[in-house]
Amino acid sequence: MSRRLLWPVLALVALLLVNVFVTPSFLSLRMQDGHLFGSLVDILRNGAPTLLIALGMTLVIATRGIDLSVGAVAAIAGAVTCTHIAAGGDPFSGMAIALALCALMGLWNGFLVSVVGVQPIIATLVLMTAGRGIAMLITEGQIITVDNPAYRQIGAGFLVLPIAILISVAALVGVALVTRRTALGLLIESVGVNPEASRLAGVRSRTIIWTVYVFVALCSGVAGLMISSNVSAADANNAGLWIEMDAILAVVIGGTSLAGGRYSLTGTLLGALIIQTLTTTVYTIGVPPEVTLVFKAVVVLAVCLLQAPALSRALAPRRKVVLP
Amino acid sequence: MTEPVVDIRGISVEFPGVKALQEVDFRLFPGEVHALMGENGAGKSTLIKALTGVHRPVAGEVLLGGERVAFAGPAQAQDAGISTVYQEVALCANLTVAENILLGREPRRFGAINGRAMRARAAELLARIGLRVDPRSTLASHPIAIRQLVAIARAVAIDARVLVLDEPTSSLDADEVAELFRIVRVLRDEGVAVLFVSHFLDQVYEIADRMTVLRNGRVVGEWTTAELGRLELVQAMLGRELGVLDELEHRPDKGRAGEPLLVAEQLGRKGAIAPFDLTIRRGEVVGLAGLLGSGRTELARLLYGADKADTGRVLVDGEPLKLRGPRAAIEAGIAFSSEDRKGEGLVADLSVRDNLILAMQAARGWARPVPRKQADELVAKYLKMLDIRPADPDALAGNLSGGNQQKLLLARWLVTRPRLLVLDEPTRGIDVGAKAQIQKLVAELAADGMAVLFISAELEEVVRVSDRVVVLRDRRVVAELSGVDLGVDDVVELIAATPGAEPEKVAS
Repeated sequence: MSRRLLWPVLALVALLLVNVFVTPSFLSLRMQDGHLFGSLVDILRNGAPTLLIALGMTLVIATRGIDLSVGAVAAIAGAVTCTHIAAGGDPFSGMAIALALCALMGLWNGFLVSVVGVQPIIATLVLMTAGRGIAMLITEGQIITVDNPAYRQIGAGFLVLPIAILISVAALVGVALVTRRTALGLLIESVGVNPEASRLAGVRSRTIIWTVYVFVALCSGVAGLMISSNVSAADANNAGLWIEMDAILAVVIGGTSLAGGRYSLTGTLLGALIIQTLTTTVYTIGVPPEVTLVFKAVVVLAVCLLQAPALSRALAPRRKVVLP
Repeated sequence: MTEPVVDIRGISVEFPGVKALQEVDFRLFPGEVHALMGENGAGKSTLIKALTGVHRPVAGEVLLGGERVAFAGPAQAQDAGISTVYQEVALCANLTVAENILLGREPRRFGAINGRAMRARAAELLARIGLRVDPRSTLASHPIAIRQLVAIARAVAIDARVLVLDEPTSSLDADEVAELFRIVRVLRDEGVAVLFVSHFLDQVYEIADRMTVLRNGRVVGEWTTAELGRLELVQAMLGRELGVLDELEHRPDKGRAGEPLLVAEQLGRKGAIAPFDLTIRRGEVVGLAGLLGSGRTELARLLYGADKADTGRVLVDGEPLKLRGPRAAIEAGIAFSSEDRKGEGLVADLSVRDNLILAMQAARGWARPVPRKQADELVAKYLKMLDIRPADPDALAGNLSGGNQQKLLLARWLVTRPRLLVLDEPTRGIDVGAKAQIQKLVAELAADGMAVLFISAELEEVVRVSDRVVVLRDRRVVAELSGVDLGVDDVVELIAATPGAEPEKVAS
């Protein structure tokens, strides 16, 4: 394992140990009706949307970009599908329409960033704000509840493990294979490190940047389906709220620099697990609700500090200066 | 003799896997200009960085004014009176000239920066070094040469005891170099110790009182300029006899060229270069000569499609080529190595291997990766052929020295087997040995039938390498010279033909 993944792994192990200490049954798993149950399975299931979005976010960040609109896009995906089902539509066509719309929004973000040249944080802020409004328009301001067994599967279903986490992990493995077995990873990193040098070397910088924004929007769409399916409802205001922050944190904790360039998918996986375990830990150890966010912030800060170059230099043993 | 102001004794610096400096001694006296000489990777920059606190030595000591010092960073060194102007301008392009000069030492009033006082002080400093620029203008609006002089104004601003000039002249033209040297002499006569690093031997002999030569991280020796001749200096730097440069003078096949490969007809771009005609033949080296800002780079970028032309067209093999961008040029077999290695060339955070195959990979598209085995073979072949050091495919490209970075960029394009290679300042800021290797390579490539467009600020180099020289002046092609008896003087005359314009520095 590479050195930069050391701290995230330690942080995850430490968090799990805290949980085992507080709740001795934390690690126990049981099989019931062909499903696995237990706290660990819950963490995986609840962390699936964050992991999926963080996966797309990793590629965006590797190209020096960022996407703040993922939460809004997730809300739109849920809103479209639930409204479609509530109107008597088929869940599968609903999901297809939702994902097509998400791809369109990814195209919009990618267009602003790669063609118009708007800074990513501003370009995606537009959709972050407007997206919730669009979701509200679709649901006409209501929380749309649906009762569709097929649709429930994606967020709450099980195939031994939760279907949601299976989807996210499959996406992770797929992306890892596609980017590392082909040259896509190299080209993405090259664009992230030095866009102009890459362009002059003949890399299709614009196409690559555009593609990663479409990909993260699709990830967000599927994550939005998981979130809304899990509760069988579409809540335009609260679905996927702040998930962009969790996703960005997962990427950063995983060791991918916001300055672009080298990225680590394994790191992102660890980061997403840390974030979700942290959220669970807050409940299991009974942190008062009013200080939950502070507690979360402290842990995240600690992990980020441990990875900071300045601190690791300070912690590294000093070389002895030989005097003449 | 007076006491040295800087006395470095037995200093060693190590990087992971590399002994950058080994037991180096170095003295710098007040009121002298001391040149630090050596090839790329000899340890010149490392020694400077050890002095200014960027690198921490593992052994040895640094005495400043007789007292032992160990700076934690350049800021501390600056406070102690050591001011440094680095090779690559390390200023903030988005700030104004005045802000850059006084950054960190802004005059204040009631705790806030006093903008008027700052501009006045900056104007004063600029006047002292005779640089006429508006202190309120943003730095980005000035060419690199001006930025370099602003960096020197910044160094002058702190009344330094020691002024370190690391390749300050690599992007300056003759006038600016003369101006810089005038300032350096003034400072020297005031008792400032000047440490000067340059690859231009002429300049070193013009300005330096004393030199120290480094090779492979060790000191070869220290001499006064008077006692060390040029030939001895070059031999001390290289540790071997020089014959390569002479060989080049008499290329047997010079002037022999094939069919036209690329023809530009009235190609031009507003504000960059006036419409020009240019023909480049197979197996021919065409040189572009002209002063800084004469349009050399702009012309090259148009041919490559890096910038879009407003007028005219380009024909390759007689067929019109639509230059929508670099990819179209690459497909037509045109390669372009930028003068800005850091900004437009290397991808610093990627490995040597990845950098080397980048252009090839980009041409193949993402779905067809260069097989690992083929990549390794190519890397091994070109590291050896171009003598790139360290010969480690996994080293980060950003950690290579300037000359090795340049060779790596060349290798990136050579693996794509281009038909026309456009080289913009391929030898700037690199040492004599690497320079000779690159010039020799250009000659070999041309002999194999490749066309090369060679751009350099050094006229002697352009004339030596090229079959034909295109002369530019004020963003306009003014003449084409060819023939066996083509000399530097002819080119200088053409460049200097406008009243007021001075011939560019001719460096060896």
